Amino acid sequence: MKPFSYERATTPAEAAAAVQRPGAKFIAGGTNLLDLMKLEIETPQHLVDVGGLNLDRIEPTPEGGLRIGALVTNTDLASDKRVRKDYGVLCRAIVAGASGQLRNKATTAGNLLQRTRCPYFYDTNQPCNKRKPGSGCAAIGGVNRQLGVIGTSDACIATYPGDMAVAMRVLDAAVETVNAAGATRAIPIANFHRLPGSTPHIDTTLQHGELITGVTLPRPLGGTHVYLKVRDRASYAFALVSIAAVIQRDGTGHVAIGGVAPKPWRNEAADAALPQGAKAAASRLFAGARPTPENAFKVPLAERALAAVLAEVKAA
Amino acid sequence: MKFDTPAGTNPIDQLKVIGKPTDRIDGPLKTTGAAKYAYEWHEEVPNAAYGYIVGSAIAKGRIGSIDLDEAKAASGVLAIVTAKEAGKLGKGKFNTVKLLAGPDIDHYAQAIAVVVAETFEQARAAAAMVRIDYVRAKGSFDLAEGLKTAPITGGMGDDGKPAPKEDRYGDFEGAYAAAPVKLDERYTTPDQSQAMIEPHASIAAWDGDKLTVWNANQMVDWSRADLATTLGIPKDNVRLISPYVGGGFGSKLWIRADVVMAALGAKAAGRPVKIALPRPFLMNNTPHRPATAQRIRIGTDQAGKITAFAHESGTGDVAGGQPETVTAQSKLLYAGENRLLQRRLAHLDLPESNAMRAPGEAQGLMALEIAMDEMAEKLKIDPIEFRIINDTQVDPMKPEKRFSQRQLTECFRIGAEKFGWSQRNASPGQMRDGRWLIGMGTATAFRGHINTPSKARIRLDAKGIVTVESDMTDIGTGSYTIFAQTAAETMGLPLDKVIVKLGDSTFPVSAGSGGQWGANSGTAGVYAACMKLRELVAERLGLNTADAAFVDGKVRSANRSIALGDAAKGGDIVIEDGIEFGDLDKQMHQATFGAHFVEVGVDAYTGVTRVRRMLAVCAAGRILNPKAARSQVIGAMTMGVGGALMEELAVDRRFGFFVNHDLAGYEVPVHADIPHQEVIFLDEVDATTSPMKAKGVGELGLCGVGAAVANAVYNATGVRIRDYPITLDKHLDRLPAIA
Ligand SMILES: Cc1cc2nc3c(=O)[nH]c(=O)nc-3n(C[C@H](O)[C@H](O)[C@H](O)COP(=O)(O)OP(=O)(O)OC[C@H]3O[C@@H](n4cnc5c(N)ncnc54)[C@H](O)[C@@H]3O)c2cc1C
Ligand code: SF4
Repeated sequence: MKPFSYERATTPAEAAAAVQRPGAKFIAGGTNLLDLMKLEIETPQHLVDVGGLNLDRIEPTPEGGLRIGALVTNTDLASDKRVRKDYGVLCRAIVAGASGQLRNKATTAGNLLQRTRCPYFYDTNQPCNKRKPGSGCAAIGGVNRQLGVIGTSDACIATYPGDMAVAMRVLDAAVETVNAAGATRAIPIANFHRLPGSTPHIDTTLQHGELITGVTLPRPLGGTHVYLKVRDRASYAFALVSIAAVIQRDGTGHVAIGGVAPKPWRNEAADAALPQGAKAAASRLFAGARPTPENAFKVPLAERALAAVLAEVKAA
Repeated sequence: MKFDTPAGTNPIDQLKVIGKPTDRIDGPLKTTGAAKYAYEWHEEVPNAAYGYIVGSAIAKGRIGSIDLDEAKAASGVLAIVTAKEAGKLGKGKFNTVKLLAGPDIDHYAQAIAVVVAETFEQARAAAAMVRIDYVRAKGSFDLAEGLKTAPITGGMGDDGKPAPKEDRYGDFEGAYAAAPVKLDERYTTPDQSQAMIEPHASIAAWDGDKLTVWNANQMVDWSRADLATTLGIPKDNVRLISPYVGGGFGSKLWIRADVVMAALGAKAAGRPVKIALPRPFLMNNTPHRPATAQRIRIGTDQAGKITAFAHESGTGDVAGGQPETVTAQSKLLYAGENRLLQRRLAHLDLPESNAMRAPGEAQGLMALEIAMDEMAEKLKIDPIEFRIINDTQVDPMKPEKRFSQRQLTECFRIGAEKFGWSQRNASPGQMRDGRWLIGMGTATAFRGHINTPSKARIRLDAKGIVTVESDMTDIGTGSYTIFAQTAAETMGLPLDKVIVKLGDSTFPVSAGSGGQWGANSGTAGVYAACMKLRELVAERLGLNTADAAFVDGKVRSANRSIALGDAAKGGDIVIEDGIEFGDLDKQMHQATFGAHFVEVGVDAYTGVTRVRRMLAVCAAGRILNPKAARSQVIGAMTMGVGGALMEELAVDRRFGFFVNHDLAGYEVPVHADIPHQEVIFLDEVDATTSPMKAKGVGELGLCGVGAAVANAVYNATGVRIRDYPITLDKHLDRLPAIA
């Protein structure tokens, strides 16, 4: 870990301004950033702690949805009564992630911005375009069972590894931000994480210094909410494939897939095909997939996992 | 005490303390954090500086140049040691590869330098500033490829001499060709990491030319000697202290880079130095359990009697390494006249292969016990019956040599009854519970028994307190407790009148912790020393040794009853003795046996396997402390589930290293993976092993578990997987079609 300076901001505008310094970064729960700093994968010179910004409330929106403060912890979000009642898929996705201790520290914004779990990204001896642009991608042709099958590029095949955002994607959440100039915007979650193309070191569409202030959820969708996370061990592991789904009585609904792409994976054609079953929806989700020999199983696995979800909903 | 004839009735047979399920006497120290692990001797070594090791970024080649300028100038840095500064170093008997590389690199993450600084953070930051130019060389990293040309070798025998190239008995080829029912299958197991909780860690402090190290270690005396050899100093100048060890599973049988680099760093810095190996570094820096490729051929007659049996295995290691003893159990486990056992060793430039819990048997049984199941299915015989048909009370290759105790059949019979084996559907893929395909599997557990000389020092004071000192280690196994139980039983004391001090090279040399020999051999050493103490006590009290009874803190003879402590009124009595073993283990086979039972569910949609319940029935001599023994066995069963379903060090065959080198990437079971576990110990005493009449269970519990899981998965799905770990991707495309 390289030496760094530290400050604690008191207002969102102040935080956004403070992080304009070269090499400055926000820190929230620190559960991802500190690990990366210890390994010198991230080497910020200055940390701006956003813990004191009073962004830790969950409030109703005038549109009938919820606004989740950027600093609401995963534990608080998953245990919120309104979330449990109306946004079950989000609650289930969160508790399927990490461990109780981590979820107590992990924040909503930090979770959205957690970096990939590609093992080569974590080993600074290895080439990795995401960590060191232009150095190459060790995962292509290497150990990549866990990595992406779609939306990847010749420069990077890493996935967005998290769970919470997959549920937010199916709920059509929006990420709210403020920049140093005080300008705010709402980024639809669909546009928040980006595909790697030739610049895999840029994970999201956030500008440097743009602070996440919260996430809004639209009005509840009703229906049955399911999050199915498939992994080698029963807990405390990232998804091989995960399914976030909200299915209505008539078989229509929404589905997003985690663990397969650089972002939570969803498309309208697949949603439209849901009433025809898992095969129809999966074929639309994975059209153009480019798996490796090691992770080709993820495509049929996603289809079968979706079938399990649809069967579960039907039986309920 | 020399143990060369089977034990008669002795004080241990009273079973007042021995054989009782006893809480760990070190439990409160552990749960309150007062037990000190190697890195935690803050009061004893208040001024320790921190060392951080720089490991090789390449797997094979040489160091072109090292630039230390930036690192040396970094804040807090006290010293940097590379091979150049270290000068000539020796290599310990138990290390294959040098612990400090230079200029040649033998494997990825081999230590190249240690940076010593005032704080851990400073040492780590400066270590990242060491600039190394490498000259890469081509290495061999692919076991399957290496085995194509690998020679057959028996490796070194236990006596240090080359073992026979292969084991042959009868005419395997002829008998196999003639067998009416036969199997010829191949199996693979991956590289595995011990993944113990406490990483390798040490503090080193010099006092002139004398060195004290606090080192997480299973074998104090071996490691003290190897450290002296490595540093080129007399063994007498080294003191090694290791009273609490946070798990080892074989990884701490020897010294590793932490202790050597701490000693070198401390010398250079002129200050004590502490080092703990970070997990992402440790997994490539230290030895691992090697991957195996195995082939098993079994031929039987129509009734299921084995007539031909061959087990071949291939493993890899660095130059100077050994073939893993993967076929060891196959010599003795099942009857059968015509046998062939063969091993190959491929040269690999991956990190060093070495012992992990039940080395050899763990992998061998993972394959063999699937093969037995497959054979039973061909024969349409229940897998338990097939094993029982081929059970033997004698060495199949030396029929004159018997097993001292062998209750394998009993283990299966009792286990089958308890587990509800009759509920199993012999046709696979038939049992369902909602979304889950249900299956049951079984496998034999078998592990040889080893005796090792072991000594202890015993002190009796006037208050009647007995203190046991031995360099024995407690790696979470319960050594403290069973040593205390042994002394208490022998001296006729309650447990709280015994103090046990372990893990210090100033104490007498014990068996140490490895190969599941520690419990029986170690306690036998304590017993021997206590028996000597009894003689001295009787003498001091003027009693006749032969009829003196040691009961309830008193020594009784005829109508006299004297407090034990009275013998030490004139001063503490201190004696040292131990156990030495004759050749009973040559006259007969001593081994431990068991049967594992597992029920799994396989998600019919996703192929995910989850264990539902497990049972182990063990026959392993006298169980000294059923509570500690049970902990050992359920821990081993858990490890077996990991081996069956998830554990694999994934090899990058281009760059030559284990890619998933942390505990996020290398998955071991978590609580949610481990459901109901049950352990039954058969009531067994084996008078041929020692006066304790005990054996070990720590490795037995692991042997065969993986195959029992694999067999249960097959029973659930009807899809046979012979390539561990059994992850969902290996059977997904053969599971029932979904709607
Ligand atoms: C062992 C382990 C297992 C895990 N398993 C899972 C799992 O199964 N599923 C899962 O989803 N996750 C998992 N995680 C990841 C965990 O969810 C994330 O580490 C956590 O959510 C990050 O939140 P944080 O608040 O600690 O972020 P931090 O580490 O503080 O920050 C992460 C990033 O977000 C930036 N940031 C933080 N707040 C803001 C803000 N308000 N505006 C702009 N940028 C900001 C920081 O600059 C940094 O780049 C695991 C983590 C660990 C360590
Ligand atoms: S897949 Fe992406 S993160 Fe992984 S090594 Fe390649 S570039 Fe780096």
